[in-house]
Amino acid sequence: MTAVSAALPARREPLATRVAAALARTPIHAALLFIGAVWLVPTIGLLVTSFRERDDIHSTGWWTALADHRFTLDTYIHVLTSRGTTDSLAQNFLNSLIITIPSTILPVLLASLAAYAFAWMSFRGRDWLFLTLVALLIVPMQMTFVPVLQLFNVVHLTGNFLGIWIAHTAYGLPFAIYLLQSSFAGLPRSLIEAARMDGSSELRTFWRIVLPLSVPGIASLAIFQFLWVWNDLLVALIYLQSPNLQPMTVGVVNLLTTYGTEWDLLSAAAFLTMAIPLIVFFSLQRYFVSGLLAGSVKS
Amino acid sequence: MAPAALLIATLIVYPMFWTIRLSLYGGQGFNFTRFVGLDNFVRLLTADPNFLDLSQFPPRGAVVNNVLWLVTYTPLVIAVGLIIAVLADRVRYESIIKSVIFLPMAISATAAGIIWLFIYSPSPNIGLLNAVLTALIPGFEPISWTGSVDLINPAIIVAAIWINAGFVMVILSAALKGIPAEILEAARVDGATGPQIFARIQVPLLGPTISVVAVTMIIYVIKMFDLIYVMGGQNGGPLGAARVIAFTQYVETFNSGRAGYGSAVAVIMLVLVIPIMLLNIRRFRAEAGR
Repeated sequence: MTAVSAALPARREPLATRVAAALARTPIHAALLFIGAVWLVPTIGLLVTSFRERDDIHSTGWWTALADHRFTLDTYIHVLTSRGTTDSLAQNFLNSLIITIPSTILPVLLASLAAYAFAWMSFRGRDWLFLTLVALLIVPMQMTFVPVLQLFNVVHLTGNFLGIWIAHTAYGLPFAIYLLQSSFAGLPRSLIEAARMDGSSELRTFWRIVLPLSVPGIASLAIFQFLWVWNDLLVALIYLQSPNLQPMTVGVVNLLTTYGTEWDLLSAAAFLTMAIPLIVFFSLQRYFVSGLLAGSVKS
Repeated sequence: MAPAALLIATLIVYPMFWTIRLSLYGGQGFNFTRFVGLDNFVRLLTADPNFLDLSQFPPRGAVVNNVLWLVTYTPLVIAVGLIIAVLADRVRYESIIKSVIFLPMAISATAAGIIWLFIYSPSPNIGLLNAVLTALIPGFEPISWTGSVDLINPAIIVAAIWINAGFVMVILSAALKGIPAEILEAARVDGATGPQIFARIQVPLLGPTISVVAVTMIIYVIKMFDLIYVMGGQNGGPLGAARVIAFTQYVETFNSGRAGYGSAVAVIMLVLVIPIMLLNIRRFRAEAGR
């Protein structure tokens, strides 16, 4: 940008015009600065609080801590290790991982197989099935809780992780199939047909051609599903009643119910639940945004 | 294909029909002993002040709160997301500001709820909102934002806008970049000002995308649960003032042990999303036909 304007000095507008233009844009910068502050300050405030001494939190505002630098890691150590009314958050953190990883891999795997069938195989009732899937995208999960619990009670899936893996997989499938179908269907027809001409089986075509070419689509789906399950509160409340199995979100809500005004504990706990999503978000933002666009506005 | 179909059929489709059946039953817990016909629905809509209370003005209850969300939250979050998308489009640090606005989308409603409970805290050393108001307004007494029957709904709506404006912004920003530069250039040559270009060209051209985003936000409102459960607590705010339909479904089914009654609430949620379902199917068919 600067190189171009330096190379073409004749095209530069007079200084007065440029200053006027810059001044005219001041309200835009001011508005964006204000908006940016509104969006960042709450999170920063909680982050600062989570590193402050317990007594300081209740005697001075967190905004004063930016000047006096009295920080500590004690609260984090406390919430991660203490066993009070709830199990320690370290256990909740581990549970979140145990819940989330299979609940991400399973639906992505099953959905990619189904999406391949919808995109590249013809079978009776395909269009009707896919329309049903589009309808299922927005069915409230609340329509399924009681019958699924009745079923899980009979087959003993309520007191363990297997039940919630299955539940998250089923709830994630409609969106996953929908998203991947559009990603797979975008591949060139000639490619699939050439593979079939060469005598490649459907499974082989799927594995060797469609999957490798659809990595970005699968990556954004996996990120979505991961964040969706990690951040889920409702499904965990329904299907995991024993405290030693509950994920971070439930652990933090329990903490909130028990210690509603203990902001040292709450701020540290909230940050621990946010840690993984923030890491995922910052490292994979590109896939996240492209998946969002593919999922909501089909072009 | 087969495993996915089997899971969807067993855990979503069949349970849906079963829940419709259960909504016609009464009884304690998961014992559906008494067939009551449509009694659950009649009671929900006429005799449950926590769900729908039309006997006073303004009306109250979970349904009324969902309507409040629909008419305030939906237009506000779209307006905020749109304004940010348009403003960010005109500066060089666009990607930074977009990341900042988008960040709350990545975290759980649980964490976001705690962040906003922190901002709303009535203790002036903790709640930033009260601290700022105390500093600005002489004689201001700190307010318990989420402890007040009248203020808790607007307070949670602001938090939800903070969470979801990033989603609206990302979708609208992409559509904004799809508007050909020549159109905007031609308008500028004709002497149109920034606000005129925004109101007369950009907003109308974004119409279809805005309607897609609006539908997504309406679904969010109908299904919202987490944020109310975290910010309002397990009673859904003081005197249940922040209760919404999905919250009622949870409380009736799992806390009050009235699974038939709770199932009727779930069926009402389904009925509310059916028009959107039909709209989506129509839109999908139109796209597939092209």
